[in-house]
Amino acid sequence: MKLRFYTFFILLIFISACKNNPPAPLSVSTINGKRIPIDTTIAPDPEIENYIRPYTLHLNSTLDSTLAYNPQNLSIRDGKLNTALGNMIADLVMEQANPIFKSRTGKNIDFVLLNYGGIRADIGEGNVSTRTGYQLMPFENDIVIVELSGKKMLEMLSYLEDAKIAHPISGIQLRVDKKFKTINATIGNKPIDKERTYFVATSDYLQQGGDSMFFFNEPLNLYTIDYKLRNAIIDYFQKVDTLRAAIDNRYIQTP
Amino acid sequence: MKRRNFITQTAATGAFIGLGGLSVSFSKNTKKQITILHTNDVHSHIEPFGPNHPKNPSMGGVARRATLIQQIRAENPNTLLLDAGDMFQGTPYFNFYGGELEFKLMSKMKYDAATIGNHDFDNGLSGLLAQMPHANFDFISSNYDFSNTILDGQTSPHKIFVKDGIKIGIFGLGVELKGLVNDNLYKETKYLDPVEIATDMTKILKQDKKCDLVICLSHLGYEYKNESTISDVQLATRTKDIDLIIGGHTHTFLDKPTIHQNLKGKKVLVNQVGCYGLYLGRIDFYLDENKNIEGSGVSISV
Repeated sequence: MKLRFYTFFILLIFISACKNNPPAPLSVSTINGKRIPIDTTIAPDPEIENYIRPYTLHLNSTLDSTLAYNPQNLSIRDGKLNTALGNMIADLVMEQANPIFKSRTGKNIDFVLLNYGGIRADIGEGNVSTRTGYQLMPFENDIVIVELSGKKMLEMLSYLEDAKIAHPISGIQLRVDKKFKTINATIGNKPIDKERTYFVATSDYLQQGGDSMFFFNEPLNLYTIDYKLRNAIIDYFQKVDTLRAAIDNRYIQTP
Repeated sequence: MKRRNFITQTAATGAFIGLGGLSVSFSKNTKKQITILHTNDVHSHIEPFGPNHPKNPSMGGVARRATLIQQIRAENPNTLLLDAGDMFQGTPYFNFYGGELEFKLMSKMKYDAATIGNHDFDNGLSGLLAQMPHANFDFISSNYDFSNTILDGQTSPHKIFVKDGIKIGIFGLGVELKGLVNDNLYKETKYLDPVEIATDMTKILKQDKKCDLVICLSHLGYEYKNESTISDVQLATRTKDIDLIIGGHTHTFLDKPTIHQNLKGKKVLVNQVGCYGLYLGRIDFYLDENKNIEGSGVSISV
Protein backbone atom coordinates (compact mmCIF):
# COMPACT_ATOMS: atom_id res chain seq x y z
CA MET A 1 0.00 0.00 0.00
CA LYS A 2 2.70 2.40 1.01
CA LEU A 3 4.79 1.48 -1.97
CA ARG A 4 1.87 2.04 -4.33
CA PHE A 5 1.31 5.47 -2.80
CA TYR A 6 4.91 6.48 -3.42
CA THR A 7 4.84 5.21 -6.97
CA PHE A 8 1.78 7.32 -7.59
CA PHE A 9 3.46 10.31 -6.01
CA ILE A 10 6.60 9.99 -8.12
CA LEU A 11 4.45 9.61 -11.21
CA LEU A 12 2.65 12.81 -10.30
CA ILE A 13 5.95 14.65 -9.95
CA PHE A 14 7.12 13.43 -13.35
CA ILE A 15 3.90 14.38 -15.07
CA SER A 16 3.80 17.81 -13.52
CA ALA A 17 7.47 18.31 -14.29
CA CYS A 18 6.81 17.53 -17.94
CA LYS A 19 3.78 19.81 -18.10
CA ASN A 20 5.59 22.75 -16.51
CA ASN A 21 8.60 22.50 -18.79
CA PRO A 22 7.84 23.66 -22.29
CA PRO A 23 10.33 22.12 -24.70
CA ALA A 24 12.35 25.24 -25.38
CA PRO A 25 12.06 27.97 -22.77
CA LEU A 26 13.12 31.38 -24.00
CA SER A 27 15.17 33.67 -21.87
CA VAL A 28 16.58 37.13 -22.19
CA SER A 29 19.93 37.16 -23.96
CA THR A 30 20.35 40.82 -24.84
CA ILE A 31 18.88 44.06 -23.58
CA ASN A 32 19.27 47.43 -25.25
CA GLY A 33 18.17 50.58 -23.52
CA LYS A 34 18.16 54.22 -24.55
CA ARG A 35 16.11 57.37 -24.47
CA ILE A 36 14.82 59.12 -27.52
CA PRO A 37 14.50 62.91 -27.46
CA ILE A 38 11.15 64.26 -28.60
CA ASP A 39 12.41 67.18 -30.67
CA THR A 40 11.90 69.02 -33.94
CA THR A 41 13.33 66.13 -35.98
CA ILE A 42 10.06 64.26 -35.41
CA ALA A 43 7.07 65.41 -37.45
CA PRO A 44 3.94 65.87 -35.37
CA ASP A 45 1.13 63.42 -36.07
CA PRO A 46 -1.52 65.46 -37.94
CA GLU A 47 -4.47 63.51 -36.53
CA ILE A 48 -3.34 64.15 -32.97
CA GLU A 49 -2.66 67.82 -33.75
CA ASN A 50 -6.17 68.24 -35.15
CA TYR A 51 -7.62 66.54 -32.12
CA ILE A 52 -5.79 68.87 -29.72
CA ARG A 53 -6.49 72.11 -31.63
CA PRO A 54 -10.00 72.98 -30.37
CA TYR A 55 -8.88 72.44 -26.78
CA THR A 56 -5.89 74.73 -27.35
CA LEU A 57 -7.89 77.50 -29.01
CA HIS A 58 -10.31 77.64 -26.12
CA LEU A 59 -7.45 77.74 -23.62
CA ASN A 60 -5.42 80.39 -25.37
CA SER A 61 -8.32 82.79 -25.79
CA THR A 62 -8.56 82.81 -21.99
CA LEU A 63 -4.91 82.74 -21.09
CA ASP A 64 -2.87 85.02 -23.27
CA SER A 65 -4.10 88.57 -22.84
CA THR A 66 -1.45 90.78 -21.20
CA LEU A 67 -2.14 91.77 -17.59
CA ALA A 68 1.09 93.47 -16.47
CA TYR A 69 4.76 94.01 -17.29
CA ASN A 70 7.65 92.31 -15.51
CA PRO A 71 10.90 94.34 -15.81
CA GLN A 72 13.31 91.57 -14.65
CA ASN A 73 13.74 87.81 -14.70
CA LEU A 74 12.33 86.38 -11.48
CA SER A 75 13.30 82.97 -10.17
CA ILE A 76 12.61 81.29 -6.86
CA ARG A 77 16.22 80.05 -7.02
CA ASP A 78 17.69 83.57 -6.95
CA GLY A 79 18.32 84.33 -3.30
CA LYS A 80 19.25 82.51 -0.16
CA LEU A 81 16.51 82.62 2.48
CA ASN A 82 14.30 85.11 0.69
CA THR A 83 13.81 85.63 -3.02
CA ALA A 84 12.28 88.43 -5.04
CA LEU A 85 9.69 86.09 -6.55
CA GLY A 86 8.79 84.42 -3.25
CA ASN A 87 8.54 87.78 -1.50
CA MET A 88 6.26 89.17 -4.20
CA ILE A 89 3.93 86.19 -4.01
CA ALA A 90 3.78 86.10 -0.20
CA ASP A 91 3.16 89.88 -0.15
CA LEU A 92 0.41 89.67 -2.74
CA VAL A 93 -1.31 86.91 -0.78
CA MET A 94 -1.36 89.26 2.24
CA GLU A 95 -2.60 92.13 0.08
CA GLN A 96 -5.32 90.14 -1.69
CA ALA A 97 -6.50 87.90 1.15
CA ASN A 98 -6.49 90.23 4.16
CA PRO A 99 -9.43 92.44 3.07
CA ILE A 100 -11.58 89.32 2.54
CA PHE A 101 -10.53 87.84 5.88
CA LYS A 102 -11.10 91.12 7.69
CA SER A 103 -14.52 91.67 6.18
CA ARG A 104 -15.59 88.19 7.25
CA THR A 105 -14.03 88.00 10.72
CA GLY A 106 -13.04 91.51 11.78
CA LYS A 107 -9.50 90.23 12.27
CA ASN A 108 -6.22 90.80 10.42
CA ILE A 109 -3.84 88.25 8.99
CA ASP A 110 -0.62 88.41 11.03
CA PHE A 111 1.65 86.87 8.44
CA VAL A 112 1.87 84.60 5.40
CA LEU A 113 3.82 81.35 5.02
CA LEU A 114 3.92 79.45 1.73
CA ASN A 115 6.35 76.82 0.49
CA TYR A 116 9.35 77.18 -1.78
CA GLY A 117 8.42 74.09 -3.80
CA GLY A 118 4.96 75.48 -4.46
CA ILE A 119 6.27 78.24 -6.75
CA ARG A 120 6.33 76.17 -9.90
CA ALA A 121 7.88 78.50 -12.50
CA ASP A 122 10.08 81.50 -13.12
CA ILE A 123 8.74 84.71 -14.63
CA GLY A 124 10.80 85.95 -17.55
CA GLU A 125 11.23 89.64 -18.30
CA GLY A 126 8.32 90.85 -20.40
CA ASN A 127 4.54 90.72 -20.37
CA VAL A 128 2.72 88.60 -17.86
CA SER A 129 -0.69 87.08 -18.48
CA THR A 130 -3.18 84.73 -16.92
CA ARG A 131 -0.96 81.95 -18.27
CA THR A 132 1.87 83.20 -16.04
CA GLY A 133 -0.45 82.71 -13.08
CA TYR A 134 -1.11 79.12 -14.15
CA GLN A 135 2.61 78.46 -14.59
CA LEU A 136 3.45 79.82 -11.14
CA MET A 137 0.60 78.01 -9.47
CA PRO A 138 -0.77 75.11 -11.52
CA PHE A 139 -2.38 73.52 -8.48
CA GLU A 140 -5.94 74.11 -7.36
CA ASN A 141 -4.88 75.28 -3.91
CA ASP A 142 -7.04 77.61 -1.81
CA ILE A 143 -5.78 80.28 0.54
CA VAL A 144 -6.75 79.42 4.12
CA ILE A 145 -6.14 81.28 7.37
CA VAL A 146 -4.93 79.22 10.28
CA GLU A 147 -5.05 80.37 13.90
CA LEU A 148 -1.88 79.06 15.55
CA SER A 149 -1.09 78.87 19.25
CA GLY A 150 2.24 80.17 20.57
CA LYS A 151 3.38 76.57 20.99
CA LYS A 152 2.64 75.77 17.32
CA MET A 153 4.52 78.94 16.38
CA LEU A 154 7.64 77.50 17.99
CA GLU A 155 7.11 74.24 16.08
CA MET A 156 6.92 76.34 12.92
CA LEU A 157 10.23 78.05 13.71
CA SER A 158 11.81 74.68 14.34
CA TYR A 159 10.44 73.41 11.00
CA LEU A 160 11.98 76.41 9.21
CA GLU A 161 15.31 75.82 10.99
CA ASP A 162 15.36 72.28 9.61
CA ALA A 163 14.11 73.28 6.15
CA LYS A 164 16.93 75.85 5.60
CA ILE A 165 15.20 77.08 2.48
CA ALA A 166 13.51 80.23 1.20
CA HIS A 167 9.91 79.37 2.04
CA PRO A 168 8.08 82.57 1.04
CA ILE A 169 6.95 84.70 4.00
CA SER A 170 5.32 88.08 4.49
CA GLY A 171 4.63 90.00 7.71
CA ILE A 172 7.19 88.08 9.74
CA GLN A 173 10.93 88.81 10.09
CA LEU A 174 13.36 86.02 10.75
CA ARG A 175 17.05 86.22 11.53
CA VAL A 176 18.97 82.96 11.88
CA ASP A 177 22.56 82.03 12.72
CA LYS A 178 25.09 80.06 10.68
CA LYS A 179 23.37 76.85 11.69
CA PHE A 180 19.96 78.26 10.77
CA LYS A 181 18.90 78.50 14.44
CA THR A 182 16.54 81.40 15.10
CA ILE A 183 18.19 84.46 16.62
CA ASN A 184 15.22 86.73 16.23
CA ALA A 185 11.63 86.26 15.08
CA THR A 186 9.31 89.26 15.01
CA ILE A 187 5.82 89.93 13.76
CA GLY A 188 4.86 93.57 13.35
CA ASN A 189 8.22 94.49 14.96
CA LYS A 190 7.30 92.56 18.13
CA PRO A 191 8.86 89.29 19.22
CA ILE A 192 6.62 86.27 19.02
CA ASP A 193 4.45 86.12 22.13
CA LYS A 194 3.98 82.53 23.27
CA GLU A 195 0.82 83.54 25.16
CA ARG A 196 -1.14 84.83 22.21
CA THR A 197 -2.39 83.31 18.97
CA TYR A 198 -1.56 84.28 15.39
CA PHE A 199 -3.52 84.28 12.14
CA VAL A 200 -1.41 82.79 9.37
CA ALA A 201 -2.39 82.76 5.71
CA THR A 202 -1.18 79.70 3.82
CA SER A 203 -2.54 77.20 1.31
CA ASP A 204 -4.95 74.38 2.11
CA TYR A 205 -2.25 72.00 0.80
CA LEU A 206 0.21 73.10 3.47
CA GLN A 207 -2.43 73.35 6.17
CA GLN A 208 -3.25 69.69 5.62
CA GLY A 209 0.34 68.60 6.14
CA GLY A 210 1.78 69.21 2.66
CA ASP A 211 5.59 69.60 2.62
CA SER A 212 5.43 68.09 6.14
CA MET A 213 4.24 71.37 7.68
CA PHE A 214 2.48 69.37 10.38
CA PHE A 215 2.36 72.36 12.78
CA PHE A 216 -0.59 73.55 10.66
CA ASN A 217 -2.61 70.42 11.50
CA GLU A 218 -5.36 70.77 14.09
CA PRO A 219 -5.18 74.57 14.44
CA LEU A 220 -7.21 76.51 17.03
CA ASN A 221 -9.34 77.78 14.15
CA LEU A 222 -9.32 77.35 10.41
CA TYR A 223 -10.88 79.95 8.09
CA THR A 224 -11.57 79.38 4.42
CA ILE A 225 -12.05 82.43 2.20
CA ASP A 226 -12.92 80.62 -1.06
CA TYR A 227 -10.01 82.20 -2.88
CA LYS A 228 -7.57 80.17 -4.92
CA LEU A 229 -3.90 81.03 -4.63
CA ARG A 230 -3.69 81.22 -8.42
CA ASN A 231 -6.64 83.60 -8.61
CA ALA A 232 -4.99 85.88 -6.03
CA ILE A 233 -1.89 85.97 -8.27
CA ILE A 234 -3.92 86.65 -11.42
CA ASP A 235 -6.01 89.34 -9.67
CA TYR A 236 -2.83 91.01 -8.49
CA PHE A 237 -1.37 90.98 -12.01
CA GLN A 238 -4.56 92.59 -13.22
CA LYS A 239 -4.35 95.28 -10.54
CA VAL A 240 -0.75 96.43 -11.09
CA ASP A 241 0.90 97.79 -14.24
CA THR A 242 4.44 96.70 -13.43
CA LEU A 243 5.59 93.92 -11.12
CA ARG A 244 7.84 95.11 -8.33
CA ALA A 245 9.83 92.39 -6.64
CA ALA A 246 13.04 92.46 -4.60
CA ILE A 247 15.12 90.50 -2.17
CA ASP A 248 15.08 92.18 1.26
CA ASN A 249 15.93 91.41 4.87
CA ARG A 250 12.75 89.62 5.97
CA TYR A 251 14.50 86.27 6.32
CA ILE A 252 18.27 86.44 6.63
CA GLN A 253 21.23 84.55 7.97
CA THR A 254 23.73 86.41 10.18
CA PRO A 255 27.32 85.21 9.76
CA MET B 1 -2.28 2.89 -21.77
CA LYS B 2 -1.65 5.36 -19.04
CA ARG B 3 1.42 3.48 -17.92
CA ARG B 4 2.85 3.47 -21.43
CA ASN B 5 2.23 7.15 -21.70
CA PHE B 6 4.10 7.65 -18.45
CA ILE B 7 7.12 5.73 -19.71
CA THR B 8 7.30 7.75 -22.92
CA GLN B 9 7.07 10.96 -21.00
CA THR B 10 9.80 10.03 -18.55
CA ALA B 11 11.97 8.89 -21.40
CA ALA B 12 11.46 12.21 -23.11
CA THR B 13 12.31 14.03 -19.93
CA GLY B 14 15.42 11.93 -19.51
CA ALA B 15 16.53 12.72 -23.03
CA PHE B 16 15.89 16.37 -22.53
CA ILE B 17 17.92 16.46 -19.34
CA GLY B 18 20.65 14.40 -21.02
CA LEU B 19 21.01 16.81 -23.90
CA GLY B 20 20.79 19.82 -21.63
CA GLY B 21 23.45 22.23 -22.71
CA LEU B 22 23.54 20.87 -26.24
CA SER B 23 19.89 21.56 -26.98
CA VAL B 24 20.74 25.06 -28.09
CA SER B 25 22.68 23.96 -31.12
CA PHE B 26 19.62 22.16 -32.46
CA SER B 27 17.27 25.07 -32.04
CA LYS B 28 16.11 27.15 -34.91
CA ASN B 29 16.69 30.86 -34.87
CA THR B 30 13.75 31.78 -32.68
CA LYS B 31 14.98 35.10 -31.35
CA LYS B 32 12.12 37.26 -30.18
CA GLN B 33 12.14 40.99 -29.55
CA ILE B 34 9.98 42.79 -27.02
CA THR B 35 10.11 46.57 -27.05
CA ILE B 36 9.10 48.54 -23.98
CA LEU B 37 8.38 52.23 -24.50
CA HIS B 38 7.78 54.44 -21.53
CA THR B 39 7.09 57.91 -20.21
CA ASN B 40 6.72 59.35 -16.71
CA ASP B 41 5.67 62.64 -15.12
CA VAL B 42 4.28 64.05 -18.35
CA HIS B 43 2.27 66.46 -16.14
CA SER B 44 -0.31 67.44 -18.73
CA HIS B 45 2.32 68.63 -21.21
CA ILE B 46 0.30 68.34 -24.39
CA GLU B 47 2.09 70.92 -26.54
CA PRO B 48 5.85 71.20 -27.08
CA PHE B 49 7.77 73.84 -25.14
CA GLY B 50 8.13 77.12 -27.02
CA PRO B 51 11.33 77.94 -28.94
CA ASN B 52 12.34 80.50 -26.25
CA HIS B 53 11.98 78.21 -23.28
CA PRO B 54 15.18 78.55 -21.18
CA LYS B 55 15.65 74.83 -20.49
CA ASN B 56 13.76 72.74 -23.05
CA PRO B 57 13.29 74.86 -26.19
CA SER B 58 11.07 73.19 -28.80
CA MET B 59 11.14 69.87 -26.94
CA GLY B 60 8.28 67.51 -26.17
CA GLY B 61 4.73 67.49 -27.50
CA VAL B 62 2.20 64.69 -27.70
CA ALA B 63 1.75 64.86 -31.50
CA ARG B 64 5.47 64.17 -32.05
CA ARG B 65 5.49 61.43 -29.46
CA ALA B 66 2.59 59.81 -31.32
CA THR B 67 4.59 59.79 -34.58
CA LEU B 68 7.59 58.21 -32.87
CA ILE B 69 5.48 55.54 -31.19
CA GLN B 70 3.83 54.64 -34.51
CA GLN B 71 7.22 54.32 -36.19
CA ILE B 72 8.52 52.01 -33.48
CA ARG B 73 5.34 49.91 -33.51
CA ALA B 74 5.65 49.58 -37.28
CA GLU B 75 9.20 48.22 -36.82
CA ASN B 76 8.18 45.92 -34.00
CA PRO B 77 4.53 45.20 -33.30
CA ASN B 78 5.55 43.42 -30.10
CA THR B 79 5.73 46.69 -28.24
CA LEU B 80 4.28 47.78 -24.92
CA LEU B 81 3.72 51.45 -24.11
CA LEU B 82 3.71 52.31 -20.41
CA ASP B 83 3.52 55.36 -18.16
CA ALA B 84 4.83 55.60 -14.59
CA GLY B 85 2.39 58.18 -13.26
CA ASP B 86 1.82 61.92 -12.76
CA MET B 87 0.03 62.16 -16.05
CA PHE B 88 -1.98 65.01 -14.51
CA GLN B 89 -1.20 68.55 -13.39
CA GLY B 90 1.26 71.06 -14.71
CA THR B 91 -0.46 72.96 -17.54
CA PRO B 92 -3.84 74.69 -17.88
CA TYR B 93 -5.05 71.71 -19.94
CA PHE B 94 -5.46 69.92 -16.63
CA ASN B 95 -6.97 72.91 -14.83
CA PHE B 96 -9.49 73.47 -17.61
CA TYR B 97 -10.38 69.92 -18.63
CA GLY B 98 -9.49 67.86 -15.55
CA GLY B 99 -7.31 65.27 -17.31
CA GLU B 100 -9.79 64.35 -20.03
CA LEU B 101 -7.48 65.32 -22.88
CA GLU B 102 -4.47 63.58 -21.29
CA PHE B 103 -6.33 60.25 -21.08
CA LYS B 104 -7.92 60.63 -24.52
CA LEU B 105 -4.52 61.25 -26.13
CA MET B 106 -2.88 58.38 -24.26
CA SER B 107 -5.69 56.17 -25.51
CA LYS B 108 -5.14 57.39 -29.07
CA MET B 109 -1.44 56.57 -28.75
CA LYS B 110 -2.53 53.12 -27.50
CA TYR B 111 -0.89 53.16 -24.11
CA ASP B 112 -1.15 49.70 -22.60
CA ALA B 113 -0.91 50.60 -18.93
CA ALA B 114 -0.10 53.31 -16.43
CA THR B 115 0.42 53.49 -12.71
CA ILE B 116 -0.93 56.23 -10.49
CA GLY B 117 1.27 59.11 -9.34
CA ASN B 118 0.64 61.49 -6.45
CA HIS B 119 -0.52 64.28 -8.74
CA ASP B 120 -3.08 62.01 -10.34
CA PHE B 121 -5.00 62.51 -7.06
CA ASP B 122 -5.02 66.31 -7.50
CA ASN B 123 -8.72 66.48 -8.31
CA GLY B 124 -9.46 63.87 -5.68
CA LEU B 125 -10.49 60.27 -6.12
CA SER B 126 -13.70 61.50 -7.76
CA GLY B 127 -11.70 63.60 -10.24
CA LEU B 128 -9.61 60.60 -11.25
CA LEU B 129 -12.61 58.28 -11.44
CA ALA B 130 -14.46 60.80 -13.62
CA GLN B 131 -11.67 60.66 -16.25
CA MET B 132 -11.22 56.89 -16.25
CA PRO B 133 -13.90 56.32 -18.93
CA HIS B 134 -11.63 58.29 -21.30
CA ALA B 135 -8.76 55.82 -20.75
CA ASN B 136 -8.52 52.72 -22.93
CA PHE B 137 -5.59 51.41 -20.94
CA ASP B 138 -5.14 49.68 -17.61
CA PHE B 139 -4.36 51.37 -14.32
CA ILE B 140 -1.96 49.07 -12.51
CA SER B 141 -1.48 49.77 -8.83
CA SER B 142 -0.35 47.13 -6.35
CA ASN B 143 0.37 49.03 -3.13
CA TYR B 144 -2.58 51.41 -2.97
CA ASP B 145 -5.51 49.63 -1.38
CA PHE B 146 -8.56 51.39 -2.81
CA SER B 147 -11.07 48.91 -1.38
CA ASN B 148 -12.69 51.50 0.92
CA THR B 149 -12.86 54.14 -1.81
CA ILE B 150 -14.81 54.87 -4.97
CA LEU B 151 -11.82 53.60 -7.00
CA ASP B 152 -12.43 50.07 -5.73
CA GLY B 153 -12.30 47.73 -8.73
CA GLN B 154 -10.99 50.39 -11.13
CA THR B 155 -7.33 49.35 -10.91
CA SER B 156 -5.46 46.03 -11.11
CA PRO B 157 -2.66 44.92 -8.79
CA HIS B 158 -0.94 43.26 -11.73
CA LYS B 159 -1.53 42.41 -15.35
CA ILE B 160 0.04 40.01 -17.80
CA PHE B 161 0.50 40.99 -21.44
CA VAL B 162 1.41 38.33 -24.00
CA LYS B 163 3.42 39.52 -27.00
CA ASP B 164 4.71 37.01 -29.55
CA GLY B 165 4.18 34.28 -26.98
CA ILE B 166 6.27 36.10 -24.36
CA LYS B 167 4.51 36.68 -21.07
CA ILE B 168 5.20 40.11 -19.61
CA GLY B 169 3.98 40.62 -16.06
CA ILE B 170 3.52 44.18 -14.85
CA PHE B 171 2.81 45.51 -11.38
CA GLY B 172 2.68 49.09 -10.10
CA LEU B 173 3.97 50.90 -7.03
CA GLY B 174 2.95 54.34 -5.80
CA VAL B 175 4.64 56.75 -3.42
CA GLU B 176 3.48 57.29 0.18
CA LEU B 177 0.68 59.84 0.05
CA LYS B 178 0.68 61.13 3.63
CA GLY B 179 2.36 64.53 3.76
CA LEU B 180 2.49 64.68 -0.03
CA VAL B 181 -1.17 64.76 -1.01
CA ASN B 182 -4.03 66.25 1.01
CA ASP B 183 -5.79 63.44 2.81
CA ASN B 184 -9.18 64.70 1.67
CA LEU B 185 -8.04 63.96 -1.89
CA TYR B 186 -6.97 60.35 -1.35
CA LYS B 187 -9.41 59.69 1.51
CA GLU B 188 -9.35 56.04 2.65
CA THR B 189 -6.67 54.92 0.19
CA LYS B 190 -4.22 52.72 2.10
CA TYR B 191 -0.53 52.83 1.25
CA LEU B 192 1.11 49.41 1.57
CA ASP B 193 4.81 48.71 1.93
CA PRO B 194 6.40 48.67 -1.56
CA VAL B 195 9.04 46.01 -0.82
CA GLU B 196 6.54 43.59 0.72
CA ILE B 197 4.08 44.13 -2.11
CA ALA B 198 6.82 43.80 -4.75
CA THR B 199 7.86 40.52 -3.14
CA ASP B 200 4.27 39.25 -3.34
CA MET B 201 3.78 40.48 -6.90
CA THR B 202 7.01 38.99 -8.25
CA LYS B 203 6.14 35.66 -6.64
CA ILE B 204 2.77 35.68 -8.38
CA LEU B 205 4.12 36.87 -11.73
CA LYS B 206 7.38 34.94 -11.92
CA GLN B 207 6.76 31.74 -9.97
CA ASP B 208 3.00 31.19 -10.21
CA LYS B 209 2.21 32.74 -13.60
CA LYS B 210 5.63 31.94 -15.14
CA CYS B 211 6.14 35.33 -16.73
CA ASP B 212 9.20 35.65 -18.95
CA LEU B 213 9.66 39.29 -18.02
CA VAL B 214 8.55 41.15 -14.91
CA ILE B 215 8.28 44.93 -15.04
CA CYS B 216 7.56 47.26 -12.14
CA LEU B 217 5.92 50.57 -12.99
CA SER B 218 6.98 52.76 -10.11
CA HIS B 219 6.20 56.22 -8.89
CA LEU B 220 8.43 55.86 -5.83
CA GLY B 221 11.28 58.04 -7.11
CA TYR B 222 14.71 57.08 -8.40
CA GLU B 223 16.94 57.54 -5.33
CA TYR B 224 17.01 59.60 -2.13
CA LYS B 225 19.83 60.91 0.07
CA ASN B 226 18.01 59.38 3.02
CA GLU B 227 18.57 55.70 2.36
CA SER B 228 15.69 54.64 4.56
CA THR B 229 13.32 56.19 2.02
CA ILE B 230 12.23 53.54 -0.43
CA SER B 231 13.25 54.32 -4.00
CA ASP B 232 13.61 52.46 -7.28
CA VAL B 233 17.28 51.80 -6.58
CA GLN B 234 16.41 50.43 -3.13
CA LEU B 235 13.60 48.35 -4.57
CA ALA B 236 15.90 46.84 -7.20
CA THR B 237 18.40 45.66 -4.60
CA ARG B 238 15.88 44.51 -1.99
CA THR B 239 13.76 42.24 -4.23
CA LYS B 240 14.24 39.43 -6.71
CA ASP B 241 12.74 38.52 -10.08
CA ILE B 242 12.16 42.07 -11.32
CA ASP B 243 13.74 42.57 -14.76
CA LEU B 244 12.97 46.25 -15.23
CA ILE B 245 11.79 49.11 -13.04
CA ILE B 246 10.30 52.02 -14.94
CA GLY B 247 10.32 54.93 -12.55
CA GLY B 248 8.94 58.40 -12.04
CA HIS B 249 8.25 61.07 -9.40
CA THR B 250 11.78 62.49 -8.98
CA HIS B 251 11.93 63.80 -12.59
CA THR B 252 15.27 62.06 -12.96
CA PHE B 253 16.79 62.34 -16.43
CA LEU B 254 18.69 59.11 -17.07
CA ASP B 255 20.27 59.01 -20.52
CA LYS B 256 20.31 55.22 -20.24
CA PRO B 257 18.98 52.67 -17.76
CA THR B 258 21.11 52.02 -14.69
CA ILE B 259 21.98 48.45 -13.70
CA HIS B 260 21.62 47.11 -10.15
CA GLN B 261 21.96 43.73 -8.47
CA ASN B 262 18.95 42.11 -6.86
CA LEU B 263 18.86 39.77 -3.84
CA LYS B 264 19.75 36.84 -6.10
CA GLY B 265 22.71 38.69 -7.61
CA LYS B 266 20.84 39.10 -10.89
CA LYS B 267 20.78 42.32 -12.84
CA VAL B 268 17.85 44.71 -12.66
CA LEU B 269 17.46 47.68 -14.96
CA VAL B 270 16.07 50.96 -13.63
CA ASN B 271 15.05 53.67 -16.04
CA GLN B 272 13.36 57.05 -15.85
CA VAL B 273 13.05 59.70 -18.56
CA GLY B 274 12.79 62.96 -16.61
CA CYS B 275 9.46 64.62 -17.17
CA TYR B 276 7.05 66.56 -19.41
CA GLY B 277 7.25 64.15 -22.35
CA LEU B 278 10.69 65.48 -23.34
CA TYR B 279 11.96 61.95 -23.97
CA LEU B 280 10.57 58.52 -24.72
CA GLY B 281 12.33 55.65 -22.99
CA ARG B 282 12.99 52.55 -25.04
CA ILE B 283 14.15 49.17 -23.76
CA ASP B 284 14.46 46.20 -26.14
CA PHE B 285 14.56 42.71 -24.71
CA TYR B 286 15.87 39.98 -27.02
CA LEU B 287 14.86 36.50 -25.97
CA ASP B 288 16.13 33.24 -27.40
CA GLU B 289 16.58 29.61 -26.45
CA ASN B 290 20.09 30.26 -25.36
CA LYS B 291 19.12 29.72 -21.79
CA ASN B 292 21.37 31.71 -19.52
CA ILE B 293 22.08 29.82 -16.34
CA GLU B 294 22.92 33.04 -14.58
CA GLY B 295 21.32 36.40 -15.13
CA SER B 296 24.77 37.91 -15.35
CA GLY B 297 25.11 36.12 -18.69
CA VAL B 298 22.73 38.65 -20.20
CA SER B 299 24.44 41.10 -22.46
CA ILE B 300 23.15 44.55 -21.63
CA SER B 301 24.12 47.38 -23.88
CA VAL B 302 22.85 50.61 -22.54
